Amino acid sequence: MSLIEITEVKKRFGDNEVLKGINIDVEPGEVIAIIGKSGSGKSTLLRCINGLETIDEGSISVAGAQLLPDELHLKALRLKVGMIFQQFNLFPHLSAGKNVMLSQMVVKKTPKAEAEEMAKKMLERVGLGHKFDAYPDQLSGGQQQRVAIARALAMEPIALLCDEITSALDPELVNEVLAVVKELASEGMTLLMVTHEMRFARDVCSRVVFMHMGRVHEIGRPEDVFANPKTPELKQFLGMQH
Amino acid sequence: MNEFTDWDILRNLLLAARWTVALSIVSFIGGGIVGALLLLLRIGEGRAGQIFTKVYIELFQGTPLLMQLFLAFFGLGLFGIDVPAWLAATVALILWTAAFLVEIWRGCVESIAKGQWEASSSLGMGYLQQMRYVILPQALRIAVPPTVGFSVQVVKGTALTSIIGFVELAKAGTVLTNATFQPFTVYGFVALIYFCLCWPLSKSSQVLERKLNVAHRNH
Repeated sequence: MSLIEITEVKKRFGDNEVLKGINIDVEPGEVIAIIGKSGSGKSTLLRCINGLETIDEGSISVAGAQLLPDELHLKALRLKVGMIFQQFNLFPHLSAGKNVMLSQMVVKKTPKAEAEEMAKKMLERVGLGHKFDAYPDQLSGGQQQRVAIARALAMEPIALLCDEITSALDPELVNEVLAVVKELASEGMTLLMVTHEMRFARDVCSRVVFMHMGRVHEIGRPEDVFANPKTPELKQFLGMQH
Repeated sequence: MNEFTDWDILRNLLLAARWTVALSIVSFIGGGIVGALLLLLRIGEGRAGQIFTKVYIELFQGTPLLMQLFLAFFGLGLFGIDVPAWLAATVALILWTAAFLVEIWRGCVESIAKGQWEASSSLGMGYLQQMRYVILPQALRIAVPPTVGFSVQVVKGTALTSIIGFVELAKAGTVLTNATFQPFTVYGFVALIYFCLCWPLSKSSQVLERKLNVAHRNH
């Protein structure tokens, strides 16, 4: 049984069908890059896996936790998959350390001392142990995004969803975030990332999913997908036409 | 005929101003409590609660405070219930204040970025936990300056209660004018006292706005 099973998922916004039957199975430890033009449905798919969007048809399950629209099932699902956003979404009224501690204490009822220890460990892991007491607006974009990663990791998820996590960063800050992701990948974390960083996708990912018009248009190992794109759409997307 | 010195006038006005202050404080705190309860209904999931608060807000914001005072004072009297002026004034002002505070606060809650809801959802928090730990702490901070600013409206609103016979600053001014025949002096003092009550409030609202914004540069 796969870790994440996405089966025949359809999603409509009004008359606009954004996902037209998506099937992807993800094995534990896989790192999957989802690429495609904007509007191809890649962000929506990621948001569905975390229950931030409801689905109209099909099913999604993560390690046995089904995506169902009631609060109990959603919570069970979200404890298994963490999510990292393009805009970081740190809580601006809390320090970096408190950002990482909050959900542990509130959702998992972890005692404060334990949560604090975990927060320190996770901030250390993303290279920000010394920023425990800094507030989000005192951190650079890259640092904020690393705190967001630490915050997700502190919940000990078995998979992480990354929604264009470097797109809002200045170019010189992209690498420090990608380095953290790369390290997570090498430690065996299951990752699903929507990304525009093609080189990163080629170097780090085990599979690449190319989405087009709400469908999985091509899927395969990065060396095949990037070197031998089969469809004209992917060729065009990669700039290989002509 | 008695001669009134300026000091006599001012002294009597200041004594009456205590009631203006008391009525303002009670209305503001009471309105705040009622407003907070209405806010929970307004932004909560329940359809009935939403409709109730919507109608409530429309009614109280869509009619003059003076009418509300008349209705509280004379309306209940029609049913044989004897309502003293101070009670009618307090009840009407509390309900009126609440209607405005709810809308101010709702705006503050809704101004919190959608990403805050999504991030806290993705971490597994439920609605009440999100409210308690993520949304309200930020919304409260935003709410302080407009809330303090609105308290000025409450202070000035208390002047209307003079019409139903509650003796506060404005009513005392009318009484003193009738006794001294010096309307300009008396109402000049009245205006000055109102200004002394209101100006520090609006000033502190501005100061708070600047202060809280600095601590909140990213928004």
